Amino acid sequence: MSGVRILVGTRKGAFILTSDGTRERWDVSGPHFGGWEIYHLKGSPADPNRLYVSQSTGWFGQQIQRSSDGGRTWEPVGNEFKYDGVPGTHQWYDGTPHPWEFKRVWHLEPSLTDPDTIYAGVEDAALFRSTDAGTTWQELPGLRGHGSGPGWAPGAGGLCLHTILLDPSDPGRMYIAISAAGAFRSDDGGATWRPINRGLRSEHIPDPTAEVGHCVHRIAMHRSRPNVLFMQKHWDVMRSDDGGESWSEVSGNLPTDFGFPIDVHANEPETIYVVPIKSDSEHYPPDGKLRVYRSRTGGHEWEALTKGLPQRDCYVNVLRDAMAVDALDPCGVYFGTTGGQVYGSANAGDSWAPIVRDLPAVMSVEVQTTP
Amino acid sequence: MQPTTAVRIVLPLHLRTLARVDDEVTVDVQGDVTQRSVLDALEASYPMLRGTIRDHVTQQRRPFLRFFACAEDLSHEQPDAPLPDAVVAGAEPFLVIGALAGG
Repeated sequence: MSGVRILVGTRKGAFILTSDGTRERWDVSGPHFGGWEIYHLKGSPADPNRLYVSQSTGWFGQQIQRSSDGGRTWEPVGNEFKYDGVPGTHQWYDGTPHPWEFKRVWHLEPSLTDPDTIYAGVEDAALFRSTDAGTTWQELPGLRGHGSGPGWAPGAGGLCLHTILLDPSDPGRMYIAISAAGAFRSDDGGATWRPINRGLRSEHIPDPTAEVGHCVHRIAMHRSRPNVLFMQKHWDVMRSDDGGESWSEVSGNLPTDFGFPIDVHANEPETIYVVPIKSDSEHYPPDGKLRVYRSRTGGHEWEALTKGLPQRDCYVNVLRDAMAVDALDPCGVYFGTTGGQVYGSANAGDSWAPIVRDLPAVMSVEVQTTP
Repeated sequence: MQPTTAVRIVLPLHLRTLARVDDEVTVDVQGDVTQRSVLDALEASYPMLRGTIRDHVTQQRRPFLRFFACAEDLSHEQPDAPLPDAVVAGAEPFLVIGALAGG
């Protein structure tokens, strides 16, 4: 029988939740790396037992660890993220130039085909790649160097490259997103990049339709239709049908279009999920009700999914990397909160139940569907 | 051939976990016993600690760490200044301390 393995990164360690295909009973393993901030951990699509984790603290900096047995054992690998050449400057909060400084890895994206190749999105925003299973890392400098880099400014959470999407139909095409620079696309395996933000409108920047400067929170795609992208922006839920060449708003009837994660149903490429958050000043759900919203029409028309979720006195947040789906039928949907709950739905969101309730604040959720 | 000195080092919990050691460690330091030579020897024996105490590029002490020995804070001493005789003699350890900050 198939199984599901959920990889949870929290403020104080990593946890691994496993279940069989019924998704009714869960085993909880962890904390792994107790006391460390785990921004992200993810498994290789080419070898599901190969996992990579980003652990960091303000005291001891960045570590990357690798597992070759599905998270039972780990070994530290390379943690030197050195910008290519003279790093130069980006824009600071007050508009002055600020030197590029590595702070941490926000997101790890293993290659779709090679367990030893992995991409890392870091703060201050840059994209790194390892082709030796994390032992050494090299920046892909074409991103910061494409021209607009000196004008990028951090969002409230830092100048972070938090999203990396690899196109399963085209090995050369990849997408990344940076807060607060926007979305970018490469068609040559990461060598060169260009911004893909046409159609975005952000009232909090001097030119609301600028080519860069947008606070993109998350992008998602369905592997069967890699030209269709969905975006949760700082405000606005957006959609592109042309690989990011242009975007249109699909917020529709959402109670608020601010939020962080967005994801796509594993078997229905027009079914998408967001978690509306009241505002960028408050960072909790409207009316104290934790509601996932689902659109079965690729946006515009949304329904609230509330069964099993707290509908009073709930003031948690759901961070951008903290939602994921499994590949079973019906599709499982999972998300973690800053209150330490991981909720799961084994019926595409119709009903939910907490898998764990009392973890540290959840920073990331990834799901592996195991044979 | 420069003399070798065995130096005792006490690491904070998270670095002991990372290095997979339970207690203080002892490293062999070639030549003068200084912060730099001690940390070089430590990182040679435990490569996973590279970047956790000193920045990879600048080799500067990470801001939230301190170096103590013989009841003194040596954090602001020059990296090539000699460490106290008691550390060289093995009577006292060199302590890497995580600052008491954060939650």
